[in-house]
Amino acid sequence: MSEELIARVIEVIAKTQKIPSESITLDKTFAELNIDSLDGLNILFALEDEFRIDIADEAAREIHSVREIVDGVGKLVAAKSQTANP
Amino acid sequence: MIPRRVAVTGIGVVSACGDTFGEFWTAMAAGRSAIRPMTLVPPGSLRFPNGAEAAQFDPLRHFEEKEAGFLDRFAQFTAVAAREAIRAAGLQIDVALGRRCAIVTGSCSGGQTTQDNNFLSLYATKGRVSPLTIPLVMANSGASRVSLEFGITGPVYTISTACSSSNHAIGQAFWMVRNGGVEVAITGGSDAPFALGFLKAWEAMRVISPDTCRPFSRDRRGLILGEGAAMFVLEPLDRARARGAAVWGEIAGFGMSSDAHHLTQPHAEGAAMAMRAALADAGAAPEAIGYINAHGTGTQTNDATEVEAIRAVFGAHADKLPVSSTKSMHGHALGGAGALEAAATLAAMRSGLIPPTANFTEPDPACDLDVVPNHVREAEFEWAMSNAFAFGGLNAVLVFRR
Repeated sequence: MSEELIARVIEVIAKTQKIPSESITLDKTFAELNIDSLDGLNILFALEDEFRIDIADEAAREIHSVREIVDGVGKLVAAKSQTANP
Repeated sequence: MIPRRVAVTGIGVVSACGDTFGEFWTAMAAGRSAIRPMTLVPPGSLRFPNGAEAAQFDPLRHFEEKEAGFLDRFAQFTAVAAREAIRAAGLQIDVALGRRCAIVTGSCSGGQTTQDNNFLSLYATKGRVSPLTIPLVMANSGASRVSLEFGITGPVYTISTACSSSNHAIGQAFWMVRNGGVEVAITGGSDAPFALGFLKAWEAMRVISPDTCRPFSRDRRGLILGEGAAMFVLEPLDRARARGAAVWGEIAGFGMSSDAHHLTQPHAEGAAMAMRAALADAGAAPEAIGYINAHGTGTQTNDATEVEAIRAVFGAHADKLPVSSTKSMHGHALGGAGALEAAATLAAMRSGLIPPTANFTEPDPACDLDVVPNHVREAEFEWAMSNAFAFGGLNAVLVFRR
């Protein structure tokens, strides 16, 4: 889990939710950040744009915290670079 | 004046399960799902491959070529279903009756196919759109077509409350006939959502199932979009009897509410409030209801919330009350959903057969009602209810009487 990845994810959440990025830490849950289901969809959509990844519906349902987002996005980005550079 | 009892004397349907009310009900009564791979959008263009398309619908069987070009697919559905309903009711609409006749339709999304094709032309190919775009996209174009075709000059309008649209429409038409505002009403709803841009928007909502629609099943994965229309002729019961018309049943009550809770998350309290209002409007005790055609979309949240609401309204009676979702067969036709489900409910009540919840695999403790899994059931009942709950928190519930 690179610092750069964490920072980029936090930036996307901050921008989408219109909240200061300082208020977002790895251990915060969606509930603590007042992120509801519709906000969550918006964040995933923005993350797909930012990282050029495709987040599956079933995976999306399992995400409830900043750490889970960073983990999930990290895996998808890694999988993508593997396919790109065999 | 004393409120009049309101009879349904004609029903017309276009759906994935067939182009007539008869074909539709045959599929419902056989528990036959019409969910298939989509053909109206390029394969592989979406995360979800399946839908409930009215694949057999051929506009040129119903309209002259030029005429068809003046109607979006959803409005074609409205017109074809309205013709069937009016013919079945044996209704002769002369100038005098035309003035005393209303049309109230529901549509969530209007002419999506027309809008998509024209915006593609604008942004990708020709840089311009057809002059017919506006009159084809407007959500009232189906209602207006029926008005023009049959010379109906009374109140004609369309209600757009997402997935509750046609229940709101039927409820309004019912009240107008009941209180004598009009003599006859043509009502129902229609939608044709299989346009790529609109489907992409549904994909982004992450509520569409990647396989099929399994309402109330523990492993349900979301809804399946459908398309179609159902239209009804409503008239006072006395008038129907006097002219010897066949009566499919009565619309007996209508209730609505708004959750004021969340833009997309359902709320049991709001749903329960609409069900109670519909029962009160019908003058029916909860224990009288013998069948509920559920909103039952097949999403995790809707189905569990709806069951919670049904339990709140019906108490111990909920354990004896069959509840099925026919969306498992005809898909979620959005603004047409309530109308298709009203057709299924009326036919169920009249024939003593409860259409099942198809595609059911395993019970969910959060949906522990009798959901009539997979097999049609014989049951005599006098009263039934049909639920519709919409994004935006808008709830509309109808009560029917045999």
